[in-house]
Amino acid sequence: MISFDRPKEIDDRLAFVRQTAKTQMRPTARHFDEHEHEVPWDFINLMWDTAMRTGQSFRSGQPRPEEGPSLVSMTLVHVIETLSWGDAGIYLCGPGAGLGGAAIEATGTKEQKQRFLARYREGKPKWASMAMTEPHCGSDTAAIRTTAVRDGDHWVLNGEKIFVTSGHKSLIDSDGLSVVWATVDPSAGRAGMKPFVVEAGTPGLKVTKLEHKMGIRASDTASLVLDNCRIPLDNLLGSADVVDKTKGFKGAMATFDATRPAVAASALGIARASLELLKDILTQEGVTIRYGTPRNLLSSIERDVVEMEAQLRAAWLLTLRAAWLMDERRSNTIESSSCKVKAGDVVTRITQKAVELMGPLGYSRKLLLEKWMRDAKINDLFEGTGQINRLIVARRILGYSSQELK
Amino acid sequence: MYSFEPSEEQLMIVDAARKFASKELREHARNADEKGDLAAEIVHSGWDLGLLPASIPEEYGGFGERSAVTGVLAAEELAWGDLSGALAVSSANLVALPLLLSGSEEQKKEILPQFCSDSYVAGSAAVIEPRYDFDAANLKTTARADGDSYVINGMKCDVPCAAESEWMIVYAALDGKTEGFLVRKGTAGVQVKERDQNMGLKACPLYSVELRDCRVPRSQRLGGDKGTNFDVIASSSRVALAAMAVGVARAAYEYALDYAKKRQAFGEAIGRRQSIAFMLAEMFIDIEAARLMTWEAAWLLDEKRDAHREAYLAKTFADDMSLMVTDRAVQALGGHGYIREYPVEMWLRNARGFAALEGIAIV
Repeated sequence: MISFDRPKEIDDRLAFVRQTAKTQMRPTARHFDEHEHEVPWDFINLMWDTAMRTGQSFRSGQPRPEEGPSLVSMTLVHVIETLSWGDAGIYLCGPGAGLGGAAIEATGTKEQKQRFLARYREGKPKWASMAMTEPHCGSDTAAIRTTAVRDGDHWVLNGEKIFVTSGHKSLIDSDGLSVVWATVDPSAGRAGMKPFVVEAGTPGLKVTKLEHKMGIRASDTASLVLDNCRIPLDNLLGSADVVDKTKGFKGAMATFDATRPAVAASALGIARASLELLKDILTQEGVTIRYGTPRNLLSSIERDVVEMEAQLRAAWLLTLRAAWLMDERRSNTIESSSCKVKAGDVVTRITQKAVELMGPLGYSRKLLLEKWMRDAKINDLFEGTGQINRLIVARRILGYSSQELK
Repeated sequence: MYSFEPSEEQLMIVDAARKFASKELREHARNADEKGDLAAEIVHSGWDLGLLPASIPEEYGGFGERSAVTGVLAAEELAWGDLSGALAVSSANLVALPLLLSGSEEQKKEILPQFCSDSYVAGSAAVIEPRYDFDAANLKTTARADGDSYVINGMKCDVPCAAESEWMIVYAALDGKTEGFLVRKGTAGVQVKERDQNMGLKACPLYSVELRDCRVPRSQRLGGDKGTNFDVIASSSRVALAAMAVGVARAAYEYALDYAKKRQAFGEAIGRRQSIAFMLAEMFIDIEAARLMTWEAAWLLDEKRDAHREAYLAKTFADDMSLMVTDRAVQALGGHGYIREYPVEMWLRNARGFAALEGIAIV
């Protein structure tokens, strides 16, 4: 039965999250934008302590039950949307298993999930990152050159990774880990791609650089160098066999099925922040939006606001459905990429439009509108660019393989 | 609890509507468009789906309960078959559902059983006015109280099935507020004029209607002396049209998708080029989004919550989406898209109607 009723347990959870977004994140948003690489420890400690108390991480939700439907993804997208409304850069600093955790959930064995994820339920704040992109390849993930060679009871990793979100926090600031994608057989293409867990403090692993970015400046984006980095044999997530031609790559894709709705949700939190501030200012200036009036009779500003609201709702509902399918344990690849495409477009347009409509105020750093426009753009880039996600949707609807539609 | 899955019963209704749309409406759509007329037997056979009587409670002669969600699910399927046909098949909704939503007890008891008949009944609503600044919340057609009657004056256009309907709801401004008036066929002062000729919807019987000192008894004001809850009627109409926009868009998208897989250029199917494939992906995504927005607004209506903004946004989004999708479908077919041998140009002409027309369907 079709229903858009938000479950009470999500509402209850959002109460704290809203309060945090409003009182902890929003007031410090500008500071952390202007002090790049400064770590928002107050926020981190608050989120970590609360997660320890409640048993629910704000980055990865509660552990998914062994079987049956749950509200894990649905809760998560609501929480992430709200935190990103507070500040998307600070949200990305939130401690917990996050993206690395999603990869472990999607590809690890039961034993591995326990071994690698237990640390996110105790002790001090920790992060888990995922290292996929390399200097020479981004969207073309199958072209990675980082190698993993077996040497007795160990894997030896060599290569360079870039654009690792929270790379520094996961490996230097905490006893966390990074899921590093490497190839066990460079001649096997996608089939050779495997996820390896590299824990903080492993010799041969160095964080070499923190990027300076257009937006989400509170979030660290790191480069890693793996120089004869030795890890235990069973740090390879899942199976080492290069039997199934696409299994390794499928693990990466399964990770994205789970994380793309989360990225979409973050995008839409920024979009909502932007639209709300715009509407507040318009209201103060005596501009009302006449919902219900034919569009050819609306003012230009009214038309823009109506379109922004409609687009935001469209993207949000696509996101909810992708999360719902995930929770129902159904395939959601096409929906997951769809919501990511839409949210990436929508947040870019809404934040740019809000800056435009506010004239010189929009461009001024006195307001957060210009910052949100800078923060927004990352959502059309990371976790699959808008183009890559269009490609995924297009292949699915046309029934083409990656060879048939390049 | 969130769910994006229709019930078993709804899926059965969708399935029946889809079969009818595919076998009857779609088959005859082009011919009807060329002739400017629908085949009566097809419209009449659409009644056998029983959609309207299933929305009317037993006490008024029906056998069910109105659900806007079920309504939008069925409306999408019918419009997928043919928009003109979909509007004609469900024209009786235009009288019966406003009655159900806003009528007085006496009005419901008197009129609703007439809409639970076994054979096709037409209905009509005179909402739109022939002026650029038409706004259903600010009508130029007026009603004034005069003793035991209301006297209505004004000009309406795009009034569906006006000539064949026993009942029509005429919307007019009473002291500046939009109210509905139940007008019976043959009432003095109502003149059903010529068929309106539009860019699309050519097969749909839309008429101009002139009201000149049309006098209706006080008891025939929709909702009686309490008046009309026009907002819920407008929202129920917007979700219906949004669902139909999704249906038309889906028809065009599916056609273009199929064409892109078959049409060869430069030695391969054109669907294997990103210029076409990305276009199709964006069409798919926005159709899905419009459908979800329509469902949400319809669900709010079923929950008896305020759906004003959501229904308006759903229709706004669907208006734009259907134009974008049908336009791109024509584009995907290249020159063939412009040729009337193919259906896509008709869907583009039909889709343009959504942004221009209000109140011509309701669920």
